[in-house]
Amino acid sequence: MAKLTKEFSKGIIAENPVLRLVLGTCPTLATTTSVESAIGMGLAASIVLVCSNIVISALRKVIPDKVRIPAYIVVIASFVTIVQMAVKAFLPSLDEQLGVYLPLIVVNCIILGRAEAFAGKNPVLASAVDGLGMGVGFTAALFLMGAVREIFGAGTFLGTGVPFLESNPMLIFILPPGGFFVYGILMAAVNRLAEKKGKPRAELRGCEACPMAQSCAIRKTDKEAAE
Amino acid sequence: MSKKLTVSPSPHVRSKETTTGIMLDVIIALIPALIMSAYYFGLRALLLTAVCVGSAVLSEYVCRRVMKRNNTLGDLSAVVTGLILALNLPSSLPLWMGALGSIIAIVVVKQMFGGIGQNFVNPAMTARIILMVSFPTAMAHWVAPFAGSWSPDAVTAATPMAVLAGVQGGDVSAVADSLPSLTGMLFGVHGGSMGEVCSLALIAGGLYLIIRKVISPIIPLCFIGTVAVFMLIAGGGSLEFTAYQLLGGGLMLGAFFMATDYSTSPLNKKGKIIFGIGCGLITSIIRIFGSLPEGVSFSIILMNILVPHIENLTTPKPFGYVKEKKGGKAE
Repeated sequence: MAKLTKEFSKGIIAENPVLRLVLGTCPTLATTTSVESAIGMGLAASIVLVCSNIVISALRKVIPDKVRIPAYIVVIASFVTIVQMAVKAFLPSLDEQLGVYLPLIVVNCIILGRAEAFAGKNPVLASAVDGLGMGVGFTAALFLMGAVREIFGAGTFLGTGVPFLESNPMLIFILPPGGFFVYGILMAAVNRLAEKKGKPRAELRGCEACPMAQSCAIRKTDKEAAE
Repeated sequence: MSKKLTVSPSPHVRSKETTTGIMLDVIIALIPALIMSAYYFGLRALLLTAVCVGSAVLSEYVCRRVMKRNNTLGDLSAVVTGLILALNLPSSLPLWMGALGSIIAIVVVKQMFGGIGQNFVNPAMTARIILMVSFPTAMAHWVAPFAGSWSPDAVTAATPMAVLAGVQGGDVSAVADSLPSLTGMLFGVHGGSMGEVCSLALIAGGLYLIIRKVISPIIPLCFIGTVAVFMLIAGGGSLEFTAYQLLGGGLMLGAFFMATDYSTSPLNKKGKIIFGIGCGLITSIIRIFGSLPEGVSFSIILMNILVPHIENLTTPKPFGYVKEKKGGKAE
């Protein structure tokens, strides 16, 4: 049980997919112009992530190693199609807001990354919990970014006006440069939080600094080649 | 022996120049432009300048304290940043926006990258662009000179740049009614940001800096020269159109005071020439083909980003240096 709790909680700060592993940057920057679309994106991706982690983990002994990536993509794409159809049917306004980024969940590197780094090697329950933790971390990061960008850039929070900012919105926050700025600041803050807990900084310098170094497939092959 | 032979480790040649001295020269050079802006736009201009300078200095102090670094207020660079930013703003801008601009310039652009000399783009210019993108209406609220300075609803006037953007083929006479005379352009009797209107004051300040050897004349000359050549071609040889283009907008302010910023411009002559021509080209292209009437700030920022590459291309070769042949061994 303690192990499962750890698998869940690591996705929130220590290995937060967006802010520590720097995965899924494209949907993060594109869909956080408002809190609503940020939460929508986070939830949609989380559902796909949990489902695909479960299925890939269950099939991990059946899928041949050499064609694992195409196999993963097929599994992920099926779930994305289901989610996309459901969103189109029940939440058409969200579908409009997310636009092309909803089908693009197929190539979201968080989902493929978790399949490759975790679900392909671990039992079903652990993979489901890992997917859930990563999903919560992804949604939380998107919510934070969306909140900052919407409050300052549009002067509203979930559509309700914020006093003063509503009449003086700082447009740059909902434009791409503001997105990158908020992203960088949040990343620095989470880095600082993780550092206080004794985790290494995510410095993006070589494999050793990466929080995923222990489970990374690329690093392992490099190491084997060196030996 | 009356003279003693001094034996000491290097450096043997010392200069009396200090950062504070250079910054003081820049402030002195900006004073004519500041006086002219106060003359045209009234006390509101001075108040906005005071707010910008004050918040720049305060944020520099607080930032250095929070980051546990030494206090750098003494080098006056924060004062210069605040002053240049203020001169780039319309005089009717709400005071808090000016303060916000100063905070962005000092905290985000300068101190987050390590303080003076470490910033990769000009702080004041970047702050102006961020304000322009964030508050497009307030930042394009150009007050006409002598038009009642305190009320934010003062009479506004289209800047010469906005008028010139509609000119086809350099025929200025078609819009002559909405343009000031060329002498008016030189003295600054037209709408625009506080510091950019009076070209004469800016040229005087720029010459002072060149004579004091604070800035090298290469960047301003190449910058203004390129714009002149481009405009002469774009205007079909019309000297009048070219003169309006040179005296209007932020060209003089940008070329003399912002493109020449030490930490964001190339070190050697060749690099400076490339940098100046690049600034001029981008400015002209934005003015003629872009949807914005003015492009000086964007051109300086874009060239700032290219500076490391320009430096790489123009690093001088040591005397006698022979390039290593590809594949062959150097002997």
